[in-house]
Amino acid sequence: MRISIRVNQADHEADCWEGESLLYALREKLGFPGSKNACEQGECGSCSVLLDGTLVCACLVLAAQADGHDVTTVEGLGDGDDLHRVQQAFVDAGAVQCGFCTPGLVMATVDLLAHSAAPSDDEIREALSGNLCRCTGYAKIFDAVRAAAEAR
Amino acid sequence: MEVLSPHSLDEALRLKSEHPDALPIQGGTDVMVAFNFDRSRPEVVLNLNEVPELTGWSRSNGELRLGAGLTYADAMRAELASLVPALAEASRTVGSPQIRNRGTIGGNLGTSSPAGDALPPLAIESAEVECVSVRGVRRVPLLEFVTGVKRNVLAGDELIAAVCLQPSHAPQTFMKIGPRNAMVIAVVSLAVSVGDELRASFGSAAPRPVLVTAPRSDAGTFAEAVAAAAAPIDDVRGTSRYRVHALRVLTERALDRLAA
Repeated sequence: MRISIRVNQADHEADCWEGESLLYALREKLGFPGSKNACEQGECGSCSVLLDGTLVCACLVLAAQADGHDVTTVEGLGDGDDLHRVQQAFVDAGAVQCGFCTPGLVMATVDLLAHSAAPSDDEIREALSGNLCRCTGYAKIFDAVRAAAEAR
Repeated sequence: MEVLSPHSLDEALRLKSEHPDALPIQGGTDVMVAFNFDRSRPEVVLNLNEVPELTGWSRSNGELRLGAGLTYADAMRAELASLVPALAEASRTVGSPQIRNRGTIGGNLGTSSPAGDALPPLAIESAEVECVSVRGVRRVPLLEFVTGVKRNVLAGDELIAAVCLQPSHAPQTFMKIGPRNAMVIAVVSLAVSVGDELRASFGSAAPRPVLVTAPRSDAGTFAEAVAAAAAPIDDVRGTSRYRVHALRVLTERALDRLAA
C-alpha cells in the first residue's frame, strides 16, 4: 500500500507492506535511519519519534496508521552541523558511548523539555524511563538533560 | 494483509460486520509486538485511530464514559484522575511515556490479558463495557466481559466503543509489583476501594477479573479473603505462592494507605 507521511516538515510517500511498522518505513523506505531498531516491542525506546507531536515508539505504530500524519525524527531536530540544544548538551556532557540509544533519548528529552522547562530529577527519571542505555549508567545523560534545560 | 482505516464509527462497524475476523488496532502496543515477532498475521487489520467517536471521555447523569481510544496518558490527567483515581494510578504504572501515549483502555480490554493494568481499577468501580455492532449496542459488566486468558465475549462483528461506570468517589488505590517501576508487566497488581464496603480486584493472579467484597467491619480479614480469591500460576514472572503472598501484603498496605 502507498502511504503519505510528513516527515521533518517535508511530504514523503512510500510503498509499504501492510503489516510493517512506522520504524521500518522510516528507516528502510524513507531514508531516515536515525531512529534505531532494537527490541521491536516498545521496551528500549531507541525508535522514539514524535507522531503529531506526541512521543511514541515508531516500532509500535503501524506504518499505515501514520498515513496522513506528521512525524518528527531525530534528523529533524538540528540543521546540518547546527545541532539542537538537546543534541549539543548530549555532546558536551559526554552522554554518549556506543550511541545506539542516543537518538531515542534525545527525542524523549526534547519531549520532556517541551512540557517541563525545568524538570526535577524525578521528572527526568520518569520521562526517560522508556529509554534504555546499556553503556553510560545514565549519570551523564542526566547531566545532559539538566544542561539542555538550562540552555533554554 | 489488508489495512482498513475507517473515519467514523458507522464505517468501522460496517467494515467489522463485513470482516468479522478483522483484528482491531488502536495504540498498537500489543498488536504491533505480535506483528513484529511474526506471531500474528491477520488477513484484515482494522485501524481505529481515525474514528473520532472512540476518543476522549464524557459525563452525563453522573455516569462516566471512557472512549475505547482513551490513552493511559489521557487517564492520568487531573480532571479524570479525580473521578477514577485508581485508574489514573494504574495508568501511571503502564510501560513508559511512549507506551502511555499510545496504549488505550479499549485496547487493554480487547487484549483481555490477566495482567491488564486497567482491569482491576475498572472492576472495583463496577465498570461495564459498551460493545457496538451494526446490530446495536449492548453493555456487558467487565467481570463478565473477560471470559478467560485473552478471551472475551466480543462477537465477530462487535467493537469496544467505551467503558462506562458511576464513579463511587470512594477512597481507592492501585498497587503493582514488578522488577522495576517502568516497563513492567505486573507480577501481581491490586486495586482496592474503601466505600460503603471494601472492594478489591487484582491482576496477574487469575485467568479473568475477580471482584472481592466485604463489609467494612471485616477489614481485619480482608487481606486473607483477597488472597483466597486468587488462582495464580507459576510463570517466568513469579510463582503462584509468591503472588498469593504478595496480594495479602498489598491488600494490608492498601487498607493502611486508605486508612480503613
